[in-house]
Amino acid sequence: MSSAATTVAQSAQQSAPEPAPASAAAESPTAAAAQSAAAPDAVARPAADYSDYKLVPARHPWRWVGTVLVALGVVAVAWSLATNPRWEWGVVAKWFTAQSVVNGLLETLKLTAISGALGFILGFILALMRLSASPLLLSVSWTFSWIFRSTPLLVQMLLWYNLGYLYEKISLGIPFTDIRFFEVQTTTLISQFAAAVLGLTLNQAAYSAEIIRGGILSVDQGQLEAAAALGIPAWRRSTRIVLPQAMRAILPTAFNEIIGLVKGTSIVYVLAYSELFYTVQVIYNRTQQVLPLLLVATLWYVAITSVLSVFQYYIERHYSKGAVRNLPLTPLQKARKFFATHAAVNFDRVNLDRAKDIR
Amino acid sequence: MSTAATRGHVEITNVRKSFGGTEVLKGVSLTVPPGGVAVIVGPSGSGKSTLLRTINHLEKADGGYITIDGQLVGYQVRGNKLHELREKDILKQRTDIGMVFQNFNLFPHLTALENVTEAPVVALHRNKAEARKRALELLDRVGLKDRADAYPRQLSGGQQQRVAIARALALDPKILLFDEPTSALDPELVNEVLDVIRELATSGTTLIIVTHEMGFARDVADTVVFMDDGQIVEQGSPQEIFANPREPRTRSFFSKVIEPAFNI
Repeated sequence: MSSAATTVAQSAQQSAPEPAPASAAAESPTAAAAQSAAAPDAVARPAADYSDYKLVPARHPWRWVGTVLVALGVVAVAWSLATNPRWEWGVVAKWFTAQSVVNGLLETLKLTAISGALGFILGFILALMRLSASPLLLSVSWTFSWIFRSTPLLVQMLLWYNLGYLYEKISLGIPFTDIRFFEVQTTTLISQFAAAVLGLTLNQAAYSAEIIRGGILSVDQGQLEAAAALGIPAWRRSTRIVLPQAMRAILPTAFNEIIGLVKGTSIVYVLAYSELFYTVQVIYNRTQQVLPLLLVATLWYVAITSVLSVFQYYIERHYSKGAVRNLPLTPLQKARKFFATHAAVNFDRVNLDRAKDIR
Repeated sequence: MSTAATRGHVEITNVRKSFGGTEVLKGVSLTVPPGGVAVIVGPSGSGKSTLLRTINHLEKADGGYITIDGQLVGYQVRGNKLHELREKDILKQRTDIGMVFQNFNLFPHLTALENVTEAPVVALHRNKAEARKRALELLDRVGLKDRADAYPRQLSGGQQQRVAIARALALDPKILLFDEPTSALDPELVNEVLDVIRELATSGTTLIIVTHEMGFARDVADTVVFMDDGQIVEQGSPQEIFANPREPRTRSFFSKVIEPAFNI
């Protein structure tokens, strides 16, 4: 402590030569320390020089306690998963890449991709209708969302599949006349696949319409005004100015929906459509290995969701251009920076500066 | 100000506008000659901004009309009726009228340069390289050439407003409208924007400026227009309006907004 006091007193003499010391006592190190509390109203003392001091970060003991507790919990779960024989990991491994399961997986991906894409396209149109000035377009869009959001997906699915019961034939012609361009049996037109896509798409459209509408509404009105004042045409205003900004609000919820849809496709098992979930059901009904096979399906759903999450991260990052002052580092960049900072044995200034430059 | 200016003659005739039940403009008439600089001042809610926005048809007037170099804004004459133009034609008219907003309204997802090149490319169909070259010149003119690739959020308020001015200039407008261009800025940033506008005032472009900066208004204006309650109370040269206002309403307004030291 006494050495610190010396430094303070010395620096006081160095950096402030002209103002006469408040008292002669300031020249003596011990007296200076004593005076600091005694005479606050004396001439303002110059800042002490701490440049040679070592920095000691604050300690967070409770953070460590929490970390250890959670780590113990994670180990316990992993241990039980690995050692409990009833999980039957051998069976899981055997079926995980079986041809029938992979085929089911591809069907799930196909359903998700088609109904996701169609659902969002239709949702976009519905959102524009909902924002339109025409009361008819607005109310049709509203009614669509109202109906499809208020009926269970299961019911919609069964209804589409049984459309043939309600309408035996579907035809295209001039209404209220006998002219028909083309006519088919409903049952041949609405296959399991068609019913599944129809049900999932329409349901998805109702939800995504609201998401897209919310995104468009989140863009400041001034943006449209500025674009209009610059003479930018309406279509370009939507695609170049409004949508890219709306995407920031749309994306997180949209990916929520897509991930929901991946698992939501499992509902088409009611149509006996052989996607992933229906396939494992068929298998476990035969082999009676219910839990291991459900685990097979689960692991695949986890895998799909993980891949989608990576896409989500990078797409969101792309659309945050300009919305944040500097783009956050990607995990890859973070890792590189971490190694650049910590890999060196001697933690020196050069390394720190280099780490800062990596973006 | 500049004698060479031949385009940008603005004629506002008896314009009226209501929002809901409130009449915001009660028959306003104003003439700004080519190259003139008109500064509109007045208390909040007096209709200044609304009047400005009717000039490029962002706000549709309920009555009266506006012409620019003799051409009606937003309408065309057919028989003895004024038909509103289709959006396409209105957009075309707007390319002659630049506008600078209080909150800048730069496109945040585009860089400064992209903000400036967007309109010339899509509205005037200029080629990209040419638009880019011109945009860099304009950014240079407002002192921001080295920030061309910055996004608006990486710029200070004053810099953003200067980019917005460059964006408006990129269409080579006859007329520039400024809607309280410095009201959203920190006091220390106000001058960098006013300096740019001052420079424009001598360039021959017609300027119509709504502002609360009285010192600036006195400097730059040919005509100061005092508005209150949806009407033009008084207009004249800065000397007349600031030093010898005729109307009591004008006098009482200036006595509140102008610091004593500034009194002429």
